[in-house]
Amino acid sequence: MVAPARLPPPLLGLQASWSRLIEAPDDDGTPRTWHVLDAGAAEPDVTLLCVHGNPTWSYLWRGLLARAGQADARFRVIAVDQLEMGFSERTGRSRRLADRIDDLGRLTDALALSGPVVTVAHDWGGPISLGWAQRHRALLAGVVLCNTAVHQPAGAPAPAVIRAARLPGVLPLVTERTRAFIAGTTALSGRRMGAETAAAFAAPYASARRRAGIRAFVADIPLRTSHPSAACLDEVAARLSDFADVPALLLWGPGDPVFSDLYLRDLRARLPHADVHRYEGARHLVTEDAPQALDDLLAWIRARVPLARDQRVAGAEGPGTDGIDRGQRGLPTGRRLWHELERRAAESPEGAAIVSMRTDGRASQVTWAELLALVDGLAGGLAAEGIRPGDRVSVLIPPSPALVAAIYACWRIGAAAIVTDAGLGVRGMRRAIRGAHPDHVIAVPAGLALARTLRIPGRRIRAGDLPRIARASSGPLPDQPPADTEAVIAFTSGATGPAKGVVYRHWQVERTRDVIARHYQVTEADALIAAFAPWAVLGPALGIASAIPAMDVTRPRTLRASALARAAAAVGGTLLWSSPAALANVIRTQGELDDAGRAALARVRIAMFAGAPVPSGALARAASIFPAASIRTPYGMTEALPLTDVTSQEIADAGRGNGVLVGAPIAGVEVGICSLDAQGDPTGERTAQPMASGEILVRCDHLRDGYDALWATTHRASADGWHRTGDVGHIDAKGRLWLEGRLAHVITTEDGPCTPVGIEQRAMELDWVEAAAAVGVGPPGCQQVVVVVTGVSGRGPLVDVPRTLSLRAHVEAAGLPAPAAVLRRDDLPVDIRHNAKVDRTALARWADRILAGVAR
Amino acid sequence: MTRVLVTGASGMLGAGVARALARRGAQVRVLQRRPSGLGLDEVLGDVADPGVARSAVRKCDAVVHLAAKVSLVGDEDAFTRVNVDGTRHLITAARDAGASRFVQVSSPSVAHAGAALVGAGAGRADPGRARGPYARSKAAAELLALAADAPGFAVVAIRPHLVWGPGDEQLISRIVGRARAGRLVLIDGGRALIDTTYIDNAVDAIVAGLDHAPDDGVHGQAFVVSNGEPRTVAELLTRISNAAGEPGPARSIAFPAASGLGRLAEAVWRATRRPGEPPMTRFLAEQLATAHWFDQRRTRQALHWRPQVSLDEGFRRLTAHLSG
Repeated sequence: MVAPARLPPPLLGLQASWSRLIEAPDDDGTPRTWHVLDAGAAEPDVTLLCVHGNPTWSYLWRGLLARAGQADARFRVIAVDQLEMGFSERTGRSRRLADRIDDLGRLTDALALSGPVVTVAHDWGGPISLGWAQRHRALLAGVVLCNTAVHQPAGAPAPAVIRAARLPGVLPLVTERTRAFIAGTTALSGRRMGAETAAAFAAPYASARRRAGIRAFVADIPLRTSHPSAACLDEVAARLSDFADVPALLLWGPGDPVFSDLYLRDLRARLPHADVHRYEGARHLVTEDAPQALDDLLAWIRARVPLARDQRVAGAEGPGTDGIDRGQRGLPTGRRLWHELERRAAESPEGAAIVSMRTDGRASQVTWAELLALVDGLAGGLAAEGIRPGDRVSVLIPPSPALVAAIYACWRIGAAAIVTDAGLGVRGMRRAIRGAHPDHVIAVPAGLALARTLRIPGRRIRAGDLPRIARASSGPLPDQPPADTEAVIAFTSGATGPAKGVVYRHWQVERTRDVIARHYQVTEADALIAAFAPWAVLGPALGIASAIPAMDVTRPRTLRASALARAAAAVGGTLLWSSPAALANVIRTQGELDDAGRAALARVRIAMFAGAPVPSGALARAASIFPAASIRTPYGMTEALPLTDVTSQEIADAGRGNGVLVGAPIAGVEVGICSLDAQGDPTGERTAQPMASGEILVRCDHLRDGYDALWATTHRASADGWHRTGDVGHIDAKGRLWLEGRLAHVITTEDGPCTPVGIEQRAMELDWVEAAAAVGVGPPGCQQVVVVVTGVSGRGPLVDVPRTLSLRAHVEAAGLPAPAAVLRRDDLPVDIRHNAKVDRTALARWADRILAGVAR
Repeated sequence: MTRVLVTGASGMLGAGVARALARRGAQVRVLQRRPSGLGLDEVLGDVADPGVARSAVRKCDAVVHLAAKVSLVGDEDAFTRVNVDGTRHLITAARDAGASRFVQVSSPSVAHAGAALVGAGAGRADPGRARGPYARSKAAAELLALAADAPGFAVVAIRPHLVWGPGDEQLISRIVGRARAGRLVLIDGGRALIDTTYIDNAVDAIVAGLDHAPDDGVHGQAFVVSNGEPRTVAELLTRISNAAGEPGPARSIAFPAASGLGRLAEAVWRATRRPGEPPMTRFLAEQLATAHWFDQRRTRQALHWRPQVSLDEGFRRLTAHLSG
């Protein structure tokens, strides 16, 4: 069919002023008319050339055009409808990949497009845009790819959807004669796409004849090497290596059944310098499912792409780094993570390195010599098994000598350990591990079963085989990896949004080790009781013995006082690292301690409870269980720890305040506060001024490297070497930090933002309140404070009026905003890992619903 | 400003506005059907009578228009006559008389289509969607009042939400009456958050509207006014009852039951032509079971007004009034 190009009808989100019809010659010189969307600055710093895939059209990029249309925009967006597609001309010809690349070049010639240009493409627009980019290097400033592919990874079948669509007889049926392919594409959107938007995507393809291009496009996918377009695609893929100096960004919807993470991995291998952001929950149409991707894209261009008139923002770097400014990067310490292990193995080979307590009361122990032999053996053995420097290894082993040995062996050969704990929940683990994309999985049987259920990629190595692998190893150890090698991918608790992978390089873990050793004055005489799973790994790096108590590590509140005492006795424990939830149960079960148990716990000199706030009552009771100990509740996070430290005595002396006292910054840590605007956003200047509330910023040498495959998140969390913690608090006149809650939980009232923790503390001072959470209901900027309490019986969600009035008066008397209502629940929603972080976001939704009354 | 006409001054709010204006030296004339007892220049009559409106507004610089037919039920035509036609006549008369400011006292219900209002702004009045004949007529009245806004004739609509205080014949006395009769029940536990306005704050806001009527961002606009302290229906009913020495509501019924009762009662009242208002109507059930509280930022900024009397202080004054 032949039909001229035309302008689109009015469609949701599309402005008529963006549409242009442009004539450009075909390969045989025939003039063809294109429909393009074009908006933005007259003299742009950069032009975004956007290429859609099949069967979408330039409508896909309307969000970028809208942003380009804003008055202060300094960029231009040109989004094309490819020939036979969208509202461009139907020429009656089938166009192959090479034709489409030629066509696009002729169009940009006709447009007299000048540089710098960033190509932006989705789906099969990807290879076309890359082909164009390879022929226009002089103009090219960057490439952005969304859910696309340039190559079918070896050993993996092509997407089932595409294979099915290509079956004889099926192709014309789904692509041309019916709207199935179009409807299927918009239905692939993870969010429920509005009917009006879906209709807009389908608008240019109303008749079968207008859909011929869709069929031809699908038919042009080279599933076999004999396909006419295979050579062209291969060339595009091969020449990606020429782009090593071109900034590249991959924006990805991991839930895409067509272009899965497999293709992301292939692209990352071809563009190793590319920045990556995976939008958890987004699918094929990533920019529809995660519209913030468009803002992230523009932020990336500002940070990463050399622009005309050299308008780069300060801090933008060339390719090779990720453009994240971490300030002064620390230098390698020179003492590698296995340094102390080697020293102790040489100096006290028979001394206990790790003692693992079992629930039957018995213990399994490895000596320093045994541990080193195991680590070295595994390093050689795992390398022989195929683990290479730079690989990622998911280690699904409970805290034990085997876990420790596996992680140190990975470190030793330059592989990164993906460390997850069941505290993420099954869904969280699935997202976390699949997102980190392991090359190998080392797991106990339960872990292997989980990996299978969760469809985690990677070669499987059974934990039970580790001793055999270690013994079989022979020959010299591999070279030590550079200190800049990735060491760990750990995960945030996911208490506020999906858990994020946090990347540490070797030198960053080394710094963390050194900060701990220095701050807690750790010596060889110390021994560690690792009652909080991640800490079990640090003992050998510190060169001190560690004991792992018998407990269900996935449920910290199962730690019993007697189990803790047995672990302490086994190594003569002097340092205890535990979680507040575990402490609560130790207090509850302290009656079961015998004299020997009490004596063992009396040797503890520092007892540290971290991860979540500890109620003051629990701290007081902890003092009787650990009579000789300095009881600490330091502040830190997966991204950096510890940051500040405080003793229970200091907390008691400080008395009441707005928030939880977490103490002064430890040596080497700087803390700043970024004030909040009326919307609760941390837009203010960084200040160290006492008593100003705002987001807590930290700067230190033992900070994480970045978030894994979350370029925009890392970018937003980083400023001049400072890390935005997402916590809110203030610094007092003595330079001590008080924690007031999470940034995401700030309540924005008409009188300004207010933080939840202070209100909750005042509420919990009332004897009838067990636990309290303060949340905001209503629109940001004019929210009302609502306090949700537990410990009150009654009918319905409202606390009775006399109690409501007394709580309100008590909160108001402390100078805090009066709660509009007080609601009751049997319990508060908390995270799995710490069993303590209240999900105030979910609670706010609940309170909103309750207090809205009859919702219609 | 020298001379102001206040209509509807026999009510608590109208009397409060008239007194407040008189106190600060304005020459106040009041217009209503019954003598107000305020000791001010007074015109008695029906605001919907064009002749009455013309004579009342003579030589006035400004008008504060509160007179309205307020009721849960009633004949639509009666609401239209008083609330819509009355407003139209008064505006025409005021403009003809050379007045330069006109404050239309309206109601948040003019923009309320029944859904929960949670931190809502002052939406556009919508006679087509407002619930019940009162709200529909007030919506139409507000629209025509704001449409009359013009250079030299500044019109502003002030929508106080649930005004209460000592001497209130509407809200407070009905609630207290029911509490005394043991017939005060909650709907769905009374969990909806509702804004109210203590009388003095509503008066201040209307006076502020008069003062700032010609300001940019004020004339031609509508503003919702409340104490900015939304509370649950359960708390409000309990505290009002307690102020009268009565216990709060102890019983609760589910919304569908309340709504059904309302429908039934309306039908019975209509069929039997009973005088007065039924104890429950669908509109009332909905009002008592649905959040309505408002974003006050724009109001406070534009009118340079903030509530001076807190709810706590308001309840203290109410208690003193009811026990004294």
